[in-house]
Amino acid sequence: MAVKQKGLVIKPDWCKGCGICVAFCPKDVLKMENNKVTIANGDACNGCGLCELRCPDFAIYLEEDEKDE
Amino acid sequence: MASSLIEKYMRMDKLPHIWCPGCGHGIVMRAVVKAIDELELNREKICIVSGIGCSSRAPGYMNFNTLHTTHGRALAFATGIKHANPELEVIVLTGDGDCTAIGGNHLIHAARRNMGITTVVFNNNIYGMTGGQYSPTTPTGDKGTTAPYGNIDKVFDICSLAQAAGATYTGRATVYHAQLLIRLIKDGIKNKGFSLIDAISVCPTYYGRKNKKGDSVRIMEWLKDNAVNVAAASKLPPEKLAGKFLIGELYNNPQPEYTEEYKKIVESFQRG
Ligand SMILES: Cc1ncc(C[n+]2csc(CCOP(=O)(O)OP(=O)(O)O)c2C)c(N)n1
Ligand code: SF4
Ligand code: SF4
Ligand code: SF4
Repeated sequence: MAVKQKGLVIKPDWCKGCGICVAFCPKDVLKMENNKVTIANGDACNGCGLCELRCPDFAIYLEEDEKDE
Repeated sequence: MASSLIEKYMRMDKLPHIWCPGCGHGIVMRAVVKAIDELELNREKICIVSGIGCSSRAPGYMNFNTLHTTHGRALAFATGIKHANPELEVIVLTGDGDCTAIGGNHLIHAARRNMGITTVVFNNNIYGMTGGQYSPTTPTGDKGTTAPYGNIDKVFDICSLAQAAGATYTGRATVYHAQLLIRLIKDGIKNKGFSLIDAISVCPTYYGRKNKKGDSVRIMEWLKDNAVNVAAASKLPPEKLAGKFLIGELYNNPQPEYTEEYKKIVESFQRG
């Protein structure tokens, strides 16, 4: 099941737990839990998309229609 | 479901890919499809070609006309494809080993001819697929399975090599600087002749572990701290540039493309 908040979508079955998105998120939105990424503080997300840009596994992204709102 | 970009351009039945956790190659592959998407290219007119290596597996995941060839020979096959179908946008995805070790001769001649090919080198400074042998871009002093006491070779600067051989567009970015990478790939594709993008990737499994450089996050932090944009570099004193490497557009000097010149010869006979 996908994890969703504020247009941010995580696809846990594709996440390999590298931690790149967590380390480089400018707003500390994400954290690792049992070797998978999860949303710790979704309200802080600014929609910058850096997590999606650098996720090697396409396991985190911003849903487009919600991003445009 | 995945993002619309991934759904649109990837072979969804082949994902998730088999690259290791934190392997930079996924970031480079996404940058390539993002560049294609932003350029609004007709996917039927694109052909993506690779050799052999972890990097060269990329076209297997990409829903385009694709060709997975033999080690080092991607540019030779791509040259043939461009000759047979000059209207195609031919994109080569290759590794530092594939492109500059076994394939080095093909690289210099594709560049020399200014073939209409865009080459993206997934440069992780090692042979990942075969277990961490050092490559022509393994930094001097670093370790590989074939250099257990440290590599005494000097490194190729792939952009300088391609430029000296005749490439008309070169640029370098890293998986940390993925936005820049997308822009350079777009500009490389827009250049009609031979373009080379040195995409600095990370191999945490072999390069990272053998050299005790840590996981992907640490290596990407190193890339962030040690890359200097060419625009900024010209204003910095030499001591500030020691140990650093340049990113950005490094060369852009359009010249007649090979298949167009070839067509002129053919047409000169058809006219008569
Ligand atoms: C003719 C030939 N020689 C050697 C090999 C073994 N081989 C497969 S991949 C590879 C190196 C790959 O390194 P690189 O191109 O840097 O890609 P990476 O796996 O690091 O992405 C080698 C030596 C081969 N497959 N074919
Ligand atoms: S970057 Fe991608 S694979 Fe790595 S932890 Fe984040 S979501 Fe998972
Ligand atoms: S979109 Fe930006 S702020 Fe939001 S989680 Fe991703 S990196 Fe963090
Ligand atoms: S061995 Fe290295 S290059 Fe190959 S998939 Fe693993 S991390 Fe990537």
